[in-house]
Amino acid sequence: MWSDLPLFPARASTSAGQVDALYLYLIAISAVMSLLIAGLLVVFAVRYRRESKASRLGASNGSMRLELIWTILPFVVSMTVFVWGANIFFHVNRPPDDTMNILVVGKRWMWKLQHLNGRREINELHVPVGRAVKLTMTSEDVIHSFFVPAFRVKADVLPGRYTTLWFQATRPGRYHLFCAEYCGTKHSGMIGWIVVQQPEEFEAWLGGGVRDLSPARAGERLFTNLGCITCHNPESKGRGPSLQGVFGSTIRLKGGGIATANEAYLRESILDPQARVVDGYDPVMPTFRGLVGEEGLMQIIEYLKTIGPKAEKS
Amino acid sequence: MPEARAMASHLHHFDSADQQKDAATLGMWVFLITEILFFGGLFMAYVVYRSGYPGAWVEASRSLDLRLGAINTAVLICSSLTMALGVQAAQLGRRKALVGWLVATILLGGAFLGIKSVEYAHKFAEHHVPGPSFVFHGAEARPAQLFFSLYFAMTGMHALHMVIGLGLLLNLARQSRAGRFTPAYYTPVEMAGLYWHFVDIVWIFLFPLLYLVGRH
Amino acid sequence: MTQRNYLNADYGIRSWLLTVDHKRIALLYLASVTLFFMLGGVFAMMVRLELLTPAGDIMQAETYNKAFTMHGIAMVFFFLIPAIPAVLGNFLVPMMIGARDLAFPRLNLLSWYLYVIGALFTIGAIVSGGVDTGWTFYTPYSTTWSNTNVVPVALGIFVTGFSSILTGLNFIVTIHKMRAPGLTWFRLPLFIWAHYATSIIMILGTPVIAITIVLVALERVANLGIFDPTRGGDPVLFQHFFWFYSHPAVYIMILPAMGIISEVVACFARKRIFGYGFVAFSSLSIALVGFLVWGHHMFVSSQSVYAALVFSILSFLVAVPSAVKVFNWTATLYKGRISFETPMLYVFGFIGLFTIGGLTGLFLAALGLDVHVHDTYFVVAHFHYIMVGGTIMAYLGGLHFWWPKITGRLYPEWWGRLSAGVIFIGFNLTFFPQFILGYLGMPRRYHVYPEEFQVLNVMSSAGASILGVGYLIPLVYMIWSMRYGKPAPANPWGATGLEWTTPSPPPTENFTETPVVTREAYDYVDLTAEGGGIA
Ligand code: HEA
Ligand code: HEA
Ligand code: HEC
Ligand code: CUA
Ligand SMILES: [Cu+2]
Repeated sequence: MWSDLPLFPARASTSAGQVDALYLYLIAISAVMSLLIAGLLVVFAVRYRRESKASRLGASNGSMRLELIWTILPFVVSMTVFVWGANIFFHVNRPPDDTMNILVVGKRWMWKLQHLNGRREINELHVPVGRAVKLTMTSEDVIHSFFVPAFRVKADVLPGRYTTLWFQATRPGRYHLFCAEYCGTKHSGMIGWIVVQQPEEFEAWLGGGVRDLSPARAGERLFTNLGCITCHNPESKGRGPSLQGVFGSTIRLKGGGIATANEAYLRESILDPQARVVDGYDPVMPTFRGLVGEEGLMQIIEYLKTIGPKAEKS
Repeated sequence: MPEARAMASHLHHFDSADQQKDAATLGMWVFLITEILFFGGLFMAYVVYRSGYPGAWVEASRSLDLRLGAINTAVLICSSLTMALGVQAAQLGRRKALVGWLVATILLGGAFLGIKSVEYAHKFAEHHVPGPSFVFHGAEARPAQLFFSLYFAMTGMHALHMVIGLGLLLNLARQSRAGRFTPAYYTPVEMAGLYWHFVDIVWIFLFPLLYLVGRH
Repeated sequence: MTQRNYLNADYGIRSWLLTVDHKRIALLYLASVTLFFMLGGVFAMMVRLELLTPAGDIMQAETYNKAFTMHGIAMVFFFLIPAIPAVLGNFLVPMMIGARDLAFPRLNLLSWYLYVIGALFTIGAIVSGGVDTGWTFYTPYSTTWSNTNVVPVALGIFVTGFSSILTGLNFIVTIHKMRAPGLTWFRLPLFIWAHYATSIIMILGTPVIAITIVLVALERVANLGIFDPTRGGDPVLFQHFFWFYSHPAVYIMILPAMGIISEVVACFARKRIFGYGFVAFSSLSIALVGFLVWGHHMFVSSQSVYAALVFSILSFLVAVPSAVKVFNWTATLYKGRISFETPMLYVFGFIGLFTIGGLTGLFLAALGLDVHVHDTYFVVAHFHYIMVGGTIMAYLGGLHFWWPKITGRLYPEWWGRLSAGVIFIGFNLTFFPQFILGYLGMPRRYHVYPEEFQVLNVMSSAGASILGVGYLIPLVYMIWSMRYGKPAPANPWGATGLEWTTPSPPPTENFTETPVVTREAYDYVDLTAEGGGIA
């Protein structure tokens, strides 16, 4: 099939085939259009070269009908491309509900990745075939971009913000991981490998090796060590609200307004507690900026995700 | 005045003095459109961050000196008035009055910059200048730094325009003392007037946006 | 028996450096942008040399990063943006509309000086170590992390920006106020329409990049924090500001080229341009809609999905007027009397390569596909096809076309055709492989790359050396022809247009008496009436 052609990168994810199909469609349009134009240029150039005796009778300087044709036709053709492209875009931007989550921190010039069971990797990521994988990514310094050509996916990794990327690998193998956003001297060295394995193989790999605490456990430790627990204790007797089941809940804010407690909100609550204050509480929580790094933050958030049932909070 | 007569005619590449004046006026308006976009970038940044950090904006805005800001607004509006009177004097060919109004405008413009530098000095003293030594006592110190970054960028760019305007006016005052302008030819005065009013209008936007956040 | 003309009207270096004659200022620009083209070319050669092998063996990573950054900056801000407007536009806009000069001649000279000051800042920065941010200056890398000469280059671009603004302003006023009697808007040559549209972009877009680049500089020197994420600032806001200018700026680089194509096609096909009104208005609509598509450079930057949808659909819309132009040029050839002098060969090159470049723009505007090819060599190939294959081809075509008018000498035709061929071949060999590389996933701005990409990179580097030679040939024979070329008659091509009604080279005041226009533009029909007539 196509994938044997050296003109395409390996096709190893569910979206790769979709992107390639659109690519081929565009190539077909381009070929038709450019051959049409080149053909007309050549034919006219030969037939109406100055010495030629071909009749010039009926030469015209304009035609409303032609103008309409070549305005509307490119418009219609390009709208088909737009719709198709937008469709794929929605697909690659909307992760399914049930994903395997991985934390990614970009830093000049390396990728630090951590699985939820605590296994860490640097510049290499193991994933199983056939499972939707979602990366939650942030950067410690400048903008990077996580790019896996074989999966046809890419997303910028920004400082001070979480972005996500998801894919589902379809065939085992080793594929390039590139940093696609220029990030300084060793931008071209910020590369690595994605290792796609069969599920059993992957489970074995995941269980082996040196393993740190899982992010959630590490986050729990931080929660105690940083003293969060003094204000946020589960019995809800501290100065702060109980954080049981906070993740995903809807928060009522002081001064009206509501917020959904997603990753970005929790991150902000820890770094800029005053930015959005929970209704009914005083803005007494100090900022933890500088006391906890990007990885620590991700771990605390993982921990917060694990505690308590998802519940409506007020 | 032979010199003035020469100026009353037109430069060689124009067909008539009217054409020359039309061209100059259109040119000035195009230039002002450019200026609007120049400040437009700053206003966009302002809008984005103000909606992102409404609380910080209120807090940081409170720390500005409303009194000095208001005085400056009045000073600048007066200077626009004197400038307009200057243009009128040029139109009527009243040379002395023209010089007088120009000097008045220059003095008012200078006063504005003087007051502005007093305000800047206060900001330095209070450590409200963004950077490593920035200190802000408020709940949202971090985004407050954004407010002050924009405050300095916007008022700084405005002040730079004032300085350029003062240069133009000084030059005009000199030329009008030498009798270069007549009712038939006073385009430079008119153009400088347009520029001055523009700079004034920018301030009319800056003042409420920076000093009056959250004060109803 | 040489007549008095703008070249021999006055002698000495002062008479050039203090001139307010738009034709002399055009030549000052010609010399300066050529210098920058060579500078940018040298950096391009460094880049291609390093990419011959996968390993980083010829230069350090720092050096490579500076090389492509300075290549991009020199080529975009100091060569391609001023190239056509400030050289050919400066020379031709007054002549084509029957004026004695631009509306503000001294402002025009000031523009050139601003350009030179900006250029000196930039060259100074390059000599004292260079800058490594990429031509896009993305924050926070450019504001907090890079320790190269960002500030002097930023100032250089800022100052040069005002040169561009003043040129645009001058053109707008000149076109509005100084047209010869009888020269109504719809009798204007399309070159003028193109420059009018370009000028609109220059005055509306350039101030935004000016303030943006000032904010970057202020963030470095005065510690302001507007784009600094550690202080709550948003680095992506910078990207919005940057592309709000830089996307329209790509149309600054193509519209004047399209103006040239319209002139040359009509002349060498001996026919009025097909669909004059559509070609004229497509320039304006490109200029205006072009302001609304900047977000297509940021599809993976974490902007909202819905914003991306809007930017994508508008990008497709802005492509339609370009298609209209291409079809109209092609239709102009139908039943023409075509001859194939060098300018026309460049025009054929332009149409073909611009079409490919533009069509690959559609690949990039397609959301799902751009996710894959964004920041890869596919993008690099796209914009070189348009900017090098399109604009430079048109620029060279235009230079050849008006060379007799500018210098009063003919260039050697045989060499002209040869170089057009060499450039075309070299160009395709350089940049076509980059489409494939990009789709295979080779990221741009990479100093070292995986081995499987080598073959295509070698092809590209080989092509680049042919291309370099191709550019060297005209450089040599054009300089040669200034002295030794055959004297040119007033209208060597038998072209219409007011610029051809005065002697070559023209007198300082362009026209001895103000021309009165009574005909439409491209009034070639008379010459070919009744299917007879001569060339
Ligand atoms: C002169 C310069 C120029 C021009 C004219 C264009 C024209 C276009 N560009 Fe290009 N572009 C650049 C210079 C230019 N570009 C540069 C420098 C970059 C990269 C910047 C960087 O990151 O460093 C870039 C990047 C770029 C991107 C971002 C890619 C990325 O980073 O991921 C996109 C995405 O939409 C894009 C799209 C387009 C489109 C749709 C057009 C359209 O205007 C093209 C219209 C033309 C045609 C369509 C061809 C003619 C039509 C026909 C022959 C008929 C058939 C037509 C149809 C069926 C519609 N360009
Ligand atoms: C107008 C714009 C323009 C032009 C004309 C060119 C011309 C060329 N570019 Fe350019 N290029 C850009 C604009 C342009 N480029 C931009 C904006 C970027 C992005 C930068 C970034 O990422 O920030 C880029 C990036 C870029 C890259 C990607 C680098 C990377 O991402 O790592 C490459 C790689 O091949 C490349 C190659 C070339 C080549 C081979 C030419 C050739 O066409 C050049 C040929 C010209 C010459 C060779 C000069 C001829 C003259 C001589 C040889 C005379 C000899 C000299 C003396 C006598 C002193 N360019
Ligand atoms: C001094 C007491 C105090 C400490 C210590 C403290 N908090 Fe808080 N926290 C509060 C208060 C009070 C609130 C509610 C007001 C607000 O939103 O700022 C709050 C709110 C929050 C919220 C938002 C909760 C919601 O329901 O929306 C999160 C998340 C949070 N804290 C996490 C933490 C973490 C993680 C730590 C430790 C690293 C921590 N807090 C340490 C007092 C504290
Ligand atoms: Cu990280 Cu490029
Ligand atoms: Cu663009």
